Amino acid sequence: MSNESLIAKTKNVMPEETKKRVESEVQMKSLKTSIAETPEGTYATCIDIKKLNLYYGTKQALYDISLTIPRHQVTAFIGPSGCGKSTLLRCLNRMNDLVDNVRIDGEVLIDSKNIYNPELDVINLRKNIGMVFQKSNPFPKSIYENVAYGLRIAGITNKKILDEVVESSLKGAALWEEAKDRLNDSALGLSGGQQQRLCIARAIAIKPEVILMDEPASALDPIATGKIEELILQLKDRYTIVIVTHNMQQAARISDLTAFFYLGKLIEYDKTRTIFMNPTIKQTEDYVTGRFG
Amino acid sequence: MERTFENDLSQIKEAILTMASLVEKNFKVAIRALVERDESLIDEVMRGEEEIDQYDVKINDMAILYIARQAPVASDLRFITTVMKVSSDLERVGDQAVNICKRTRELNKEPLLKPLIDIPRLAHMSLEMLRDAMDAFVNNKMYLVSEITTRDKDVNELKNQLYRELTSYMIENPKTITRALNLMSTSRHLERVADHAKNIAKKVYFMYEGKDISHQDPPVVSKY
Repeated sequence: MSNESLIAKTKNVMPEETKKRVESEVQMKSLKTSIAETPEGTYATCIDIKKLNLYYGTKQALYDISLTIPRHQVTAFIGPSGCGKSTLLRCLNRMNDLVDNVRIDGEVLIDSKNIYNPELDVINLRKNIGMVFQKSNPFPKSIYENVAYGLRIAGITNKKILDEVVESSLKGAALWEEAKDRLNDSALGLSGGQQQRLCIARAIAIKPEVILMDEPASALDPIATGKIEELILQLKDRYTIVIVTHNMQQAARISDLTAFFYLGKLIEYDKTRTIFMNPTIKQTEDYVTGRFG
Repeated sequence: MERTFENDLSQIKEAILTMASLVEKNFKVAIRALVERDESLIDEVMRGEEEIDQYDVKINDMAILYIARQAPVASDLRFITTVMKVSSDLERVGDQAVNICKRTRELNKEPLLKPLIDIPRLAHMSLEMLRDAMDAFVNNKMYLVSEITTRDKDVNELKNQLYRELTSYMIENPKTITRALNLMSTSRHLERVADHAKNIAKKVYFMYEGKDISHQDPPVVSKY
């Protein structure tokens, strides 16, 4: 019997007090979807995903995902290819709107506002939620113009402001020292790792609240990967970061919380330490130890 | 087909179990040497000790290489770290067998102070604890962890009783001091073996349950 039906059943036959106790026990046994408290303190919620289902045509890709992502923490999504982790990430800034035949049920609340509200301005949403992809995608423009691009289309033309934001964003993305003498050179002349950090600089230039990263270091060498990871750890003081990664050790190193997905379902969500030291669900254990997936 | 990393884990497990059986065998030979006053067995213990030390080095090497190659997590990580610690405890049980042999050599220089009754009992209790700790390791028998901890208290009590008895011998007759002190040391070595068995059991609990109980009493787990 599912937890919901158990709870529903208790509502009809039990006195109020017993009902509450049974409900709370049943909920405790059910899947953890929110990590509200840690020994270090209480997490404030940034993103609240509620019963999200996603269909590509008739094929269902996400099943009833409920998940609370805390503010100013790094949350990693892990799972084998095709498990829905990237799809879920793309739901968080409505990137899936751009895919044909996609249907989404459920809610994604960011700062308590449902981003699937039809009246919501998607452009504004994406300004607030930056995204960094697996393959770095700088514009074929100068380094300076790449970072200033978002500001320019937002109507900012004041050179002094642009200069300041470009500098602070490049510093924030740990690229300033390497790029400050070549701001007017083409961004395409940067190395892969530098290009990826430029994309992060471009994302943070418009001061988003959340940064989504879809395997941001999977195409980089270990040194460039190390720099990106270091950067993520620095950025989490100011931004909420959600990262999809196939690199298990990367998730273990940089994330505070980890969600494991399999076949479109959230299997386990907990503190990263728990997921990698002593996961509760056998499927998670088998995946992180490399026994399947 | 077993995958490489699983094969590596099997080999590490096999090595630690072989080491445990060598340690047990050496300990039994050392006790025989003591009880039967047979010094010819001491050389066998010394040779066994060399082999045990080599296993300790080999197991640590295998474990470190495994960590470097596979970056294990979850149960594999707990297994590897536990194996390294268990290996160290087993190696120290091996050392206690050598220490007992050294006491045997000293004790054999004089007639027996008193018939050896409690010391073989202490040895038997410690050995059983060690066996059970390894049984818990191999077969995930968590109920043994709390049992072993309780039995460790019995071992301590028996050792303290022996200390009191031997102290009274020394007070009565100072000529017994050397022999009594050697017997005290022997009982101390045996009690240390029980401590190592308890340590192993607690580490095994961490390996299976993911909870560190190094400095606390383990929870009582039902056998069934």
